[in-house]
Amino acid sequence: MFFAHLPVHEQITLAFAAMALMLSFGMLIHPRVVTVVKMFALQGLFVSIVTALAATIDNAPHLYFSALLTLILKVILIPYMLFRMIKKFDMYFVQDDVLHPVLTILGAGALVIFCYDRTLPIAVSAASLTGHLIAICMSIVLIGMIMLISRKTAISQVAGFMTIENGLFFAAVSITDGMPMIVEFGVAFDVLVASVIFGVFFLHIKESIESLNIGSMADLSEKDS
Amino acid sequence: MNLSGWLIVCLQTVLFVAMAPLFSGWIKWCKSILQNRRPAPLYQPYLDLRRLFSKRVVWAEHASILFRIAPYLILGATILAASITPFFSTDLPSARVMDAIALAGLFAFARFFLALAGMDIGTAFGGMGSSREMTVSAFAEPAMLMMLFTVSMVASSTNLSVVIHTIETQMVMTRPSLWFAAMGFLMVIVSECGRIPVDNPNTHLELTMIHEAMILEYSGRFLAQIELASQLKLLIYAVLAINIFNPWGLAHGYGLDRISIAFLIISGKLMVFGALLAILETVLAKMRLFNVPIFLMLAFTLSLGGMLSFIILEA
Repeated sequence: MFFAHLPVHEQITLAFAAMALMLSFGMLIHPRVVTVVKMFALQGLFVSIVTALAATIDNAPHLYFSALLTLILKVILIPYMLFRMIKKFDMYFVQDDVLHPVLTILGAGALVIFCYDRTLPIAVSAASLTGHLIAICMSIVLIGMIMLISRKTAISQVAGFMTIENGLFFAAVSITDGMPMIVEFGVAFDVLVASVIFGVFFLHIKESIESLNIGSMADLSEKDS
Repeated sequence: MNLSGWLIVCLQTVLFVAMAPLFSGWIKWCKSILQNRRPAPLYQPYLDLRRLFSKRVVWAEHASILFRIAPYLILGATILAASITPFFSTDLPSARVMDAIALAGLFAFARFFLALAGMDIGTAFGGMGSSREMTVSAFAEPAMLMMLFTVSMVASSTNLSVVIHTIETQMVMTRPSLWFAAMGFLMVIVSECGRIPVDNPNTHLELTMIHEAMILEYSGRFLAQIELASQLKLLIYAVLAINIFNPWGLAHGYGLDRISIAFLIISGKLMVFGALLAILETVLAKMRLFNVPIFLMLAFTLSLGGMLSFIILEA
């Protein structure tokens, strides 16, 4: 069998990738904003571990820097900023229920199958082991998009947005030897700036509709009285 | 036909039935310790069963023949399930007769008659319990089957003996598919055996009970049979979880020394598993009935994720 013949560290790489995917499922339906941010941090940790392991497998030492960058940005800095916002807006106990959790999660499962079907040619022709991860990367991206649609609180939507970036970064690591360093720094910086801008947005949304629930933005429209 | 193989089947089936009350007594004992209560002795479930067996049976006025035969069918199907579950040896000739899907079918058979018996008397509680049990199992069964499919794909066989033997020899502790399937199966065990957070086995609180509501009208030896069947079911699920996802120290061949060592090892693992279950039941609160479908959908997703990660990453 294919899997049983791999060396242990390659098996662990695949296992961590699978866990990153399952965390996406968890973030999709978990009702508490705080836990969603925690799961996002954990997913970042898994992505950075997979990157570091891919560096050893593909013998590409510059991927260690990417792993370190992911670790600092997505495991420490961005979750810290999101936590600060949660504290600032007093959202520790806010429930962010998904309307149809069962349907949403089944849809996400269907998306994973779709991604697997579409990326099969890439995985088959891939030279390296990490080419098999491409279906998982695409699924993480698409599930992040479902999160943007189905979530109602702004903070979980931001977590969903960051998940998409996680998936893209993951894809770059798995099919190529990672992007050029300059591009990677640029993207990382973009994400950081985005999270700062999101903070400002949160502030404005909160001031104008007194809630971070995007659904109540509909009340802003003028009504005929 | 291998006579000593069938002898092992008989031996392990007897041991299954004999140890089932002990296992549930062990869980209760751990829970009492964790909750700062003085525990009942480990053999308390045996005393309960003896008391129930010696009592006279009281029939409800409108009980039909179905109500009378249901306990025999339930206990019989559960014992049959025990005979095909590898306990301490993977060389079971009975596993060739019925595979993992038949095992799920046997449990469904028992549950079907339990639900019918619950509705037979026509009391409100019985019907309510049956309806709840069927709702829960309608969500739990796909998750369980998906878990069985995942491990069957890993081993390329639905024969439980072969599955466990393959997983044991491959040393596949890093397989993500098995991790997810194990997590999903743990949630299925919790719901199928009526443990916290899905059902509370200790109370008869009208608003929340599921399993207890169906068997309210049973008494005497019939109640004892149903109790024994549910204890046996818990033990079968626990042994399945241990042997599929953590198989080591199982006996190969029919030597008495190997079998007794394997039996000691599986007993130790069962003690650890029971203690873990008791810890889970102590730290978790019972959830609302309407959250149970979401809980079980999570179990289904985990099992599905196991299968998908097998196909994507490991095939």
